[in-house]
Order: sequence, then C-alpha cells, then structure tokens
Amino acid sequence: MTDATAPSLPRKSKSLLAEDDRTKKRNAAEKRFKYYGIAAISVGLVFLVILVATILREGTPAFTRTAVTVDFVLTQEQFDEAESAVLKTAAYTRLFSQFVADQAEEKGVATDLTDEDRAEIAAGLERIMGKIGSDIRVHYRENPDDVGSPVRFNLAAASRVDAYLNNGQSRDGFVSSRFLEEQDLDLIDAMVEIDMIGSDWDRTFFFGSDSGVDNPGGAGIGVAVVGSFFMMIVVLVLSLPISVAASIYLEEFAPKNRFTDLIEVNISNLAAVPSIVFGILGLAVFIQFMHLPQSAPLVGGLVLTLMTLPTIIISTRASLKSVPPSIRDAALGVGASKMQTVFHHVLPLAAPGILTGTIIGLAQALGETAPLLLIGMVGFVARAYPDTFVGGFTEANSVMPAQIYTWASRADPGFYEKAWGGIIILLVFLLTMNIIAIILRRRFERRW
Amino acid sequence: MYDIPTLQGATVDSKEIKFKCRDCQVYYGDNHAIKDVSCDLQDKTVTAFIGPSGCGKSTFLRCLNRMNDTIDVARVTGDFMLDGENIYDKKVDPVQLRAKVGMVFQKPNPFPKSIYDNVAYGPRIHGLAKNKAELDEIVEKALRRGAIWDEVKDRLDSSGTGLSGGQQQRLCIARAVATEPEVLLMDEPCSALDPIATAQVEELIDELRENYSVVIVTHSMQQAARVSQKTAFFHLGNLVEFGDTGQIFTNPSDPRTESYITGRIG
Ligand SMILES: Nc1ncnc2c1ncn2[C@@H]1O[C@H](COP(=O)(O)OP(=O)(O)O)[C@@H](O)[C@H]1O
Ligand SMILES: [Mg+2]
Repeated sequence: MTDATAPSLPRKSKSLLAEDDRTKKRNAAEKRFKYYGIAAISVGLVFLVILVATILREGTPAFTRTAVTVDFVLTQEQFDEAESAVLKTAAYTRLFSQFVADQAEEKGVATDLTDEDRAEIAAGLERIMGKIGSDIRVHYRENPDDVGSPVRFNLAAASRVDAYLNNGQSRDGFVSSRFLEEQDLDLIDAMVEIDMIGSDWDRTFFFGSDSGVDNPGGAGIGVAVVGSFFMMIVVLVLSLPISVAASIYLEEFAPKNRFTDLIEVNISNLAAVPSIVFGILGLAVFIQFMHLPQSAPLVGGLVLTLMTLPTIIISTRASLKSVPPSIRDAALGVGASKMQTVFHHVLPLAAPGILTGTIIGLAQALGETAPLLLIGMVGFVARAYPDTFVGGFTEANSVMPAQIYTWASRADPGFYEKAWGGIIILLVFLLTMNIIAIILRRRFERRW
Repeated sequence: MYDIPTLQGATVDSKEIKFKCRDCQVYYGDNHAIKDVSCDLQDKTVTAFIGPSGCGKSTFLRCLNRMNDTIDVARVTGDFMLDGENIYDKKVDPVQLRAKVGMVFQKPNPFPKSIYDNVAYGPRIHGLAKNKAELDEIVEKALRRGAIWDEVKDRLDSSGTGLSGGQQQRLCIARAVATEPEVLLMDEPCSALDPIATAQVEELIDELRENYSVVIVTHSMQQAARVSQKTAFFHLGNLVEFGDTGQIFTNPSDPRTESYITGRIG
C-alpha cells in the first residue's frame, strides 16, 4: 500500500528519435559482425574462384592433343619395296616423311628440297610424331586393300609439340634437346600452315589406360574411372545397408547400457581414424590373410567400406534422432509395431539426412588415395578394361585419385597436365554425385 | 475387498466395467510415479483424470495401452484387466492391445502424409479393409466421427500437417477411432488448442461416449466438469479420489481434492 501511494521520482522521458549510447554501440557491433561475415564469405569465394580457374587452366589442355593429320597415299610399288626392305618400319617412316615433304612442296611452304633437307625432315618428323613407321605398317598389314588409295592418318604428336603449340608457337625459353630441336619448330610451323598439325579431342585421355613413364601422350584415365566405378559399387552395396541397419538398431531398438555405450564411443572413434590405417588393415586382412586378389576394386571397396561406415552411421543416427518422437508415439498409438513405426514413418522422414550422409561418405571414398596405395591400386597396374562384369571387381585396376597421384609423381612434365586433367574428371564425378543427392533430397522432401 | 473411493450411484451399476485396475505401481528408475492405484473405468463413459502437474496422470494413462513399454526406465506392476484379460500378460502383444485401446496425444501429431493416409494407416496395418472402396468408407466414417469430414473432404490428398491446430487434433482423433478401438485415451487433447477448437473437440468427446470408453487427462477443471461423468483426482502418484464428476466437484470427500478444486494446490 505504502509503496503504491509513495510519490514516484520524476522520470526523464527520452526521445525515441535519438539513439542513446547503448543502442548506438549495439547497432555498431551488429554492423561489424555483418561485415565480418561478408568478409569471410568473400575470402572463401575468392579462393574457390582461384581454385576452379587454376584447375581449368591447368587441366583442360589434357583433354586435347596435338595430332598430325596426313592423307597418306602408299602405292603398290612402295608397299612392296617397304615389305622387302630389311628394316621395314624404317622404310615406312622414310616413305611417310617423303610424302610429307612432297606435300609441303606441293602446297608451296617449301621449295627446292635437297636430299639433305629431306633427311632432316624425316628426322624431325620422328621427333615430332615418335615411331610412325610401325603404326603405318600395322595399318597396311591389317588393311591391304588401302594400298593405292589415300588413307587419313591421325597420329598423336609428342607432348613437347603440344606445349609449343599451346604456348602460342612462342620460342621464348625453348631449349633444344634430343626430344625436340630448334629446327624442328620450323617444320612444325610449316605443318601448321598446311593444316597437317592441329589439336583435337584426346580420346586416349578419356578412354585409355595408363601408359609407360616416358609416354604421357598415351596415358588415359578411362580404365581408372571404371576401377573407381566398380569400387564404389562395392562401397555403396556394403556400407549403406550395413550402416543403416546398425544405426536403426542402435537408435531404435538397442537397450541403453554399458555395452551399447561402448559401441557408440568406438564408432565415433573409428570416424577419426586416419584412412591409411584402414589401408594397412586391408592389406593384412583381405590380401595377406584372406588372399583376395591384390589391387582389385573389390578389396579397395572393402577397405573404403570400413572407412565409410562410421561416417554414414553417425549421420544416419543424427537424422533418425531428429525425427520428432511424437511421430513414433503416433504410429505406436494406432497399433503399429516397432518395425512398422521405423520403416513406415521414421525412416522416410530421416531419408534425406541419410542420403546426404551416404553421399558425403561415398564422395570421401571416391577421393581417397592413401589406403588404396597400400593395397596396390596404384596407377600403372591396369593396361586394359576388365573383360567381364565380375572381372571389374577382381582384376587389378586403379582408381581416379590413385591414377592422378601416380601421374603427379612422374618426372615427365607431360604427366603434370594429365594429373590436372584427371582432377577435373574426378571433380566432375563428385559434382554429379552431389547434384544427384540434391535432386533426391528435393524429391523426398516434396513427398513429405 | 478393494477399497475404491466413492463408487456409487445408479448410473454406475448399469454400465459395464471396461478397465479394472488393481494395485498398480509405476517406477521410473527409482522414482515411484504411481503408488498403489486401483480403479474401475466404465464403458461408454468419459472418465477425467485431474491433478497437479507431475502427479502421474499421463503415466497412469499410458499404462492403459502399454505406451510405457517404450520407455526403458519405466517399470509397471499390478493388474490391468481389460474385459477380464490382463493386458500385461506375457501372451499379450502390445501392438494388438493398442489397436483396441487408441490414444490421442497432447500435441497434435499427424503423420507428415496426406489426410487420407493419416486415417487409413491404422486400418491398413491391421488389415481392416479388403479393398480400396472399403478403406474409403472407413476413412470417411472416421473423419465424420472426428467431426472434420466437412472441412477436409475436398482435400483428402493434401498434407495432414497443413491443417490448423484444432483440425490436426480432430484428425488425430479420427485416426485413433479409425482402427475401431474400444477405449480411447486422450492426454490433454486440448492443451494446444484455442477455445473454439477446444469446444469442438469437447463436443466430439461427448459424442464419442456413445461408442467408446473415453479416458481424458485434463488440466482444466471446467473441462473435466463439462465432458466427464467420472473424475479421478491424482496427487503425488496417489489416486486420492474417484467418483461421479458432479460429486467430486460439489462435494469432495478428501481435503486434498477440495484444495485442488478450489485452487489451493496445483
Ligand atoms: N519418461 C519419463 N522418464 C522418467 N520419469 C518420468 C517420465 N515421464 C514422467 N516421469 C515422472 O513421472 C512423474 C509423473 O509424470 P506424469 O505422468 O507425466 O505427470 P502428469 O501427466 O500428471 O503431469 C513425474 O515425476 C515425472 O517426472
Ligand atoms: Mg501429463
């Protein structure tokens, strides 16, 4: 009573139109925080742009190759002459370079070629195109009917020619070597002028297999892509059902006791184990103990399954947990069994999260290198595509990241470009997986 | 034999006893949440459980369809006889029991599916319909009983979660009655609803009484007075008083009941 009737102190009323000090400070802090956020995102974006630009700049040349295209005509006499020579491929090489020299004269880029000039052209061509003679000989032995009529030969040029042309035909810093000499560049220029040399899609890179250490032009990633594909099938088929089943059991059915606590702790710890540990485990168990084939995508898949399981289990459990308990009550309340509750209601609601976790786990596995090196899935093991579907799992093969690693560690600079190109291919696959994940998520979310 | 507080009146004897509960105890770990509760719940009657928060109303209600089975730490003892059969018997499958004893929860919890599928789910898993036409019929009947048919009949395919709170709760009631239960348990079904939706649900409960034994937990004494014929007052895990609603609200025999009703404990 007394308080209520006591005269209150006169209160100074503040205008709402002027900010007081506290408000000013608070607003400033808020603004600052906003700028920090924008700055952080900008830095991230800048790095992303640099990354993508670098990868594209360094990698795209791997997709094209420089090829020498010649509509070669071999007469019957020349064929007989070459086939009766002692050094047959050398004879073919000579005939071919003669033809190129004649063409050059005909098209007017060279005049009055002496025999010495011709010999020089022959030597230069061999440096530009490698051992052409055997390719040509093989063609005519397999297609004897082609003798006498023009045949288009499309032969890869050496990687140094590639570099010279990609550099805009600039001779700055060019160093003559036994691979390519200064005067060869004149020959190349002349061939460019008569459209004999140019770049086209490098089918070998997309569809080929790894090559020897001195032949970057013949190296391709196709076989490694197939290896990755078969390995990912193993990972998906094993890790998704196992981890979803394990998560459902742990989250929905398992009693809460010491034992399940222990399992839980171990799963979290497994997710933090370095992948190379799984690699050496795979080597010891799958190869040395169980005698599964070395370097096989099957073994790689098993190893990566071990690595992927904890990732998927953790994200699956998190998404099961995030399904509101009221949904479980509702289902149980109308008389659904525990299984029905889980499979009809909880699992569909958790599916987007499970899917995301799975794709993240798979993407991790797709980009994993270290454990695969330990079980022998290194770059140079496979020279051809597997013959059968089962063979895809059991025949020695490599995978994309291991192939990239192998290329990057080779001395020939031609492989450097291949490594970047391989990275683009790898990223394209990862991006595709992410897009699939997003599409699937959307579809699931629309349904619910 | 058993000392059941204030069980009398002509209306009582004319109705069958649906649930007969004796010496019921519930423990959550060491917490003795329900102490020695015995009561009889009648068929075709609305029984209200009232009492202060945490006194065990929900716990006791959940014993009646064994929803407490889903809580690891909960332990239930005593006899719960539904039509003379002990529902905690080893041979009883709680899934079958829950089809017979339906439940409506405090927060409306429709499945994130279409309205139709919400109601059809129970009948489907229990195999109550032989074909689509029969299922349609069951769904319509349930939605009519849930007093929501007119509002949703044109949009059975839209999501149940898109309805308003009151509509969702009536949908949940429709879903519960779709499996043709004999007992309907409702745990504070109106606490998340506005007064108009509450009135609709209360009206619905009154209609449901014709076919079911309804048990409703409520915080609102007015609501208990409006919808129930029987009232049970719980306090600290004890069933303090159980009897005709009119009797309890006008002439309680226990001082604790009186204090609660007049607003001194709660
Ligand atoms: N899931 C649970 N686990 C442990 N204790 C619980 C659980 N549910 C309720 N309890 C305890 O049981 C007692 C009764 O709770 P409840 O039945 O929910 O009360 P009411 O519904 O009357 O408010 C409370 O002391 C509460 O803490
Ligand atoms: Mg409660």
